[in-house]
Amino acid sequence: MAITVPRPDLSAAEKTYLPALWEGLKVTARHFKNNLFGKGKVTMEYPEERWDSHLPEYYRGVPALVTDEHGKDRCVSCQLCEFICPPRAITITPGEIPPGDTFAKTEKRPQEFKIDMIRCIYCGMCEEVCPEQAIFLQKDYLVVGTRREDMVHDKQKLYEIGGLKTGLVNKWDEKK
Amino acid sequence: MSPALFWFFSLMMIAFAILVVVKRNPVASALSLVVSFIGLAALFVSLDAYFIGTIQILVYAGAVMVLFLFIIMLLDLKAEEKRVVTAAPLIGGIVVGFTFLTLLIRVLAGNANGKLPMPALPGPVDDVKRVGELLFSQYNLPLQIIGTLLLVATVGVVVLSKRELK
Amino acid sequence: MPDFIQPWLFLLPIIIKVVVVFAVVMGLVAYASLAERKVSAFIQDRVGPNRVGLPLTLLGFKKDLAIGGLFQPLADGLKFLLKEDLTPGHVKPFYYWLAPALTVVPALLTIAAVPFGSTLFGYKMVVADINVGFLFVFAIASVGVYGIVMAGWSSNSKYSFLGGVRSSAQMISYELSMGLSLVPLLLVMGELNLGKIVEYQAWHGWTLLPFTDLRIQWSPHWEISGLNWREILLWIPMLISFVIFTTAVFAETNRAPFDLPESETELVGGYHTEYSSMKFACFFMGEYAAMITGCALITTLFLGGWHLPIPIIHDGAFSLQTRTGDHGTLWGILNILTFLGKVIFLVIFFMFVRWTLPRFRYDQLMRLGWVWFFEIALANIVLVAVLLAFFPK
Repeated sequence: MAITVPRPDLSAAEKTYLPALWEGLKVTARHFKNNLFGKGKVTMEYPEERWDSHLPEYYRGVPALVTDEHGKDRCVSCQLCEFICPPRAITITPGEIPPGDTFAKTEKRPQEFKIDMIRCIYCGMCEEVCPEQAIFLQKDYLVVGTRREDMVHDKQKLYEIGGLKTGLVNKWDEKK
Repeated sequence: MSPALFWFFSLMMIAFAILVVVKRNPVASALSLVVSFIGLAALFVSLDAYFIGTIQILVYAGAVMVLFLFIIMLLDLKAEEKRVVTAAPLIGGIVVGFTFLTLLIRVLAGNANGKLPMPALPGPVDDVKRVGELLFSQYNLPLQIIGTLLLVATVGVVVLSKRELK
Repeated sequence: MPDFIQPWLFLLPIIIKVVVVFAVVMGLVAYASLAERKVSAFIQDRVGPNRVGLPLTLLGFKKDLAIGGLFQPLADGLKFLLKEDLTPGHVKPFYYWLAPALTVVPALLTIAAVPFGSTLFGYKMVVADINVGFLFVFAIASVGVYGIVMAGWSSNSKYSFLGGVRSSAQMISYELSMGLSLVPLLLVMGELNLGKIVEYQAWHGWTLLPFTDLRIQWSPHWEISGLNWREILLWIPMLISFVIFTTAVFAETNRAPFDLPESETELVGGYHTEYSSMKFACFFMGEYAAMITGCALITTLFLGGWHLPIPIIHDGAFSLQTRTGDHGTLWGILNILTFLGKVIFLVIFFMFVRWTLPRFRYDQLMRLGWVWFFEIALANIVLVAVLLAFFPK
């Protein structure tokens, strides 16, 4: 149903637009004056001032792989994240773990793990889907590179960003 | 003003006046007419008639032709097809043109006053004031009549266009 | 000095004036664009351009000097020059190339008739001191429509076309009330020469503040002179003229709140949608040059041009005095600075209005122009004529 919004009844003075102009100019002049004396600025001047301390708890930055306190690579290269990834940014090359290894029970670990940061949309689905708590979205947001190749994070880079994460469920732990 | 400028502006006027007729694209024709008007204004200015020169640009180039152009653009007139030139209008046009030119030349050549050098004007002429005084004293009645006529025409246009809407 | 130069020497001061005025106007255009960005930023609680300064790192220093982004116009100009100059395939090339030039030239030409100072070293501070200066300004301004119309038509795209049509309709409409609003001024002053209009204001008071020859004496006895009914009564129609003229200048220069020809929300970029690089910059410069010329005109016609009344207290009497270049070179320079100051003040006022008011609707714009301003301007002329009949000079 169409709704007819009644036009406001303007007085003769209001119809000249002059009172409105005056009021508006007063507002803009106030803001101008405040900013002229360095007050009221809301802009964050980026390279000098950063978002880091203002980021909310739920901020989704770059995805990265983590290791736990036993020094184990959490990822078992199940490739679930590769399949769920909407822009298909993730490419995993699975590899076997040799029998003598401490974590040989896991059977697999990624030989190579690549996330193309040009494609990544920071949706967090990989973190959501991971059964091993291996991939997490970090608070980092600065991804720069001068070539396309620079923008692809490989396994080493991903572990570098992710680092060590404690307090995770250690279902492959030898002691249990 | 030096004769060089006179020849430049008059040749420019004539060239663009010819372009108005020759050009097949209506917008190009209209713009050529504007340039022609500007040449005419320059000639007026060269005769120390600043007022008429400026009014020429203000009224013709600035208002009338803008309206023309506006309407041409709104109607989206396409460039005319190449006209088929038939013998009769061509010969007729040439005859009329030549007759007029001969007449003009003979009259100008026969008029002795046309050859007299005009004395240079003593200084800047207050032409606006003179035109105004002349209009409001000697030619007051014609001026009032023209004013009334224009007013009637304006009211008539408004009435007619309002009727069209109903 | 060789003899053959002698007859051409009179050109020298004219050429100097042309070059200086051109340079100053172009500088003002460049810095008006920076000022616009700064003013809009401050009004909206932002910072505005603050990075481009002296690139001292190129010379081996540790840090660049930003000086509040003062060199931003240079960077902008360089960017416009170096950008790809694209001529779309669907345009009509000849008119497409002609249009930007036709926008800039009239805007810059108009300033020629505006007196920007009294006298300096005995020369009048105006490029072209013509008797019909006033009409000349209007003639050139009316030709300025062509650039926009042509840009809109030759671009051969719907946005450009609508922008061009809107703009020409708007300019034709407001030219009328603009011209009519100034007839009362001419009735009072009886002059078309802009230089003489300013001189009239210097001796008889500004059009907007007609009390310059005010004189208040308190010793030995209390007395006010320089106030008369004629001035006070004629003040009212002058105020009306001022409001109409200023609003018409807003509309003529296509600035907010009358920027319908390029309203981004409806028409992308309006008549310059299809333009890029330096050709776009021409439209941009044309718009700012037109704004500066408009402000210079308002200053000349209503705010006393180069005139600055100097308050003087002498023998227990307060009065305002006029000083021109005839009183000394310093006064001449002060007059030029006064004119520049008034123009810059008005330009900043224009910017404030742009960042304060929302855009008018097209029917409101036409209604304001034809129904209100046109009629009020006509009534204003009659009012002044009647007043002048009762209070002759």
